[in-house]
Amino acid sequence: MTATIKNLTSITHNGLTLPKVIPQLTFADKLGGCKARWAIARMKYTVEPGIYAVGNPTDQSPVLVSANYKLSFDFLRKELTGIDAWIMVIDTNGINVWCAAGKGTFGTAEIVRRIESVELNKIVSHRKIILPQLGGVGVAAHKVKKQSGFMVIYGPVRARDIKAFIDAGNKATPDMRQVHFTLYDRLVLTPVEFTISAKYALFIIAAMFLLSGINKQGYSTQLTLENGFRAVFNVMTAYLGGTVIAPLFLPWLPGTSFSVKGFYVGLLLAAALSLTGYTGTQLETLAWILLVTAITSFTAMNFTGASTYTSLSGVNKEMKRAIPFQLTAAVAGLVIWIITRFI
Amino acid sequence: MKGQEYLKNVVTLELNIDKCIGCGMCAVVCPQRVFRIEDYKAVITNKDLCMECGACALNCPIDAIKVQAGVGCAAAVINSFFTGGEPTCDCSDGSSGCC
Ligand code: SF4
Ligand code: SF4
Repeated sequence: MTATIKNLTSITHNGLTLPKVIPQLTFADKLGGCKARWAIARMKYTVEPGIYAVGNPTDQSPVLVSANYKLSFDFLRKELTGIDAWIMVIDTNGINVWCAAGKGTFGTAEIVRRIESVELNKIVSHRKIILPQLGGVGVAAHKVKKQSGFMVIYGPVRARDIKAFIDAGNKATPDMRQVHFTLYDRLVLTPVEFTISAKYALFIIAAMFLLSGINKQGYSTQLTLENGFRAVFNVMTAYLGGTVIAPLFLPWLPGTSFSVKGFYVGLLLAAALSLTGYTGTQLETLAWILLVTAITSFTAMNFTGASTYTSLSGVNKEMKRAIPFQLTAAVAGLVIWIITRFI
Repeated sequence: MKGQEYLKNVVTLELNIDKCIGCGMCAVVCPQRVFRIEDYKAVITNKDLCMECGACALNCPIDAIKVQAGVGCAAAVINSFFTGGEPTCDCSDGSSGCC
């Protein structure tokens, strides 16, 4: 589904009628953005590719390139208050710049094609386009220049620096060129982390809940109700630990691998759970230490996907080392836990 | 602020200093500020910072840089293990943690 842009008007420029947007986001824009982040609405959150005017742009105004993911587009235009510019939205299948560039949809070919289809050479007299720096993962600047005549200028990494970048005459400070991975960045990513594997977590939770009922005599629904909620609580705590706590405290946790960082969170949580009596007998506590650390370590390792500084070679190496441990811990934990059902 | 480092000595980044013409493009596109230009040549400041995004190699006009680009994402590596393909972030259906 293509999201509608509110307050869309049009302007006539060099004989072409072009859509115009305002920099201010409406409540609907913000709500939509929030839903897209939490993966509530599974639809594609896109804007129509093409050229859009912001302010009162002329032949001389800068051309800023955006992905057609509506969040990317909104992030850019909300920074353009008081700026006259053109936004050229390219078709990235509704994916953000970073990801689309990695996949090649935010790439040289699409940019060259879009420059032609919107007739950019008739809209502006200069021959420059400004790309978000992260677009460089998919775009070869020298090839765009050769194929379209337009020179690619890499702008700042973050849209919020775009005004300062333009005001400085298209110059970025070193800081604008650097990807940061701040507490806030991690905070906005944790709902994503939490929801994407939630279905697997729910499955494990349900299984543990049902298994709580087995004992020497067979199956007891009474026992399921008595012990099941403890099991559910422990698994949920571990899941939260790996998807929310570990990502948030990433820089302060010991180790460089995410799995090790997650493991420490797991140890802490397991200790807290046993102190509050949630883990049961000594043997069951041992089972829970193994299970909880396996879950936190594994889910924290999955956060490598959301982090901005992990390399594929690094992740490969980390996984080769961590998965055998996680698997052993999980299996051993589960076996011990099931054994405790019978004693 | 300095970038965050991940595991040491695993990155596949290579720079052919003889070919380099010092255009500075790699230093511009690198989101981890791995490159610096000194005396008209690119210099790798700290290889361990590299996240293998591939932007430098793609934008080097004379192919002086080699890096095995890929997504540093555990979920993607797991998927590729089962599908036998390259690790990619399958962002299109929102089913992956990448991005
Ligand atoms: S982009 Fe290539 S030629 Fe230019 S400075 Fe970097 S390595 Fe050298
Ligand atoms: S691959 Fe990416 S992170 Fe590594 S040096 Fe090149 S641009 Fe920088």
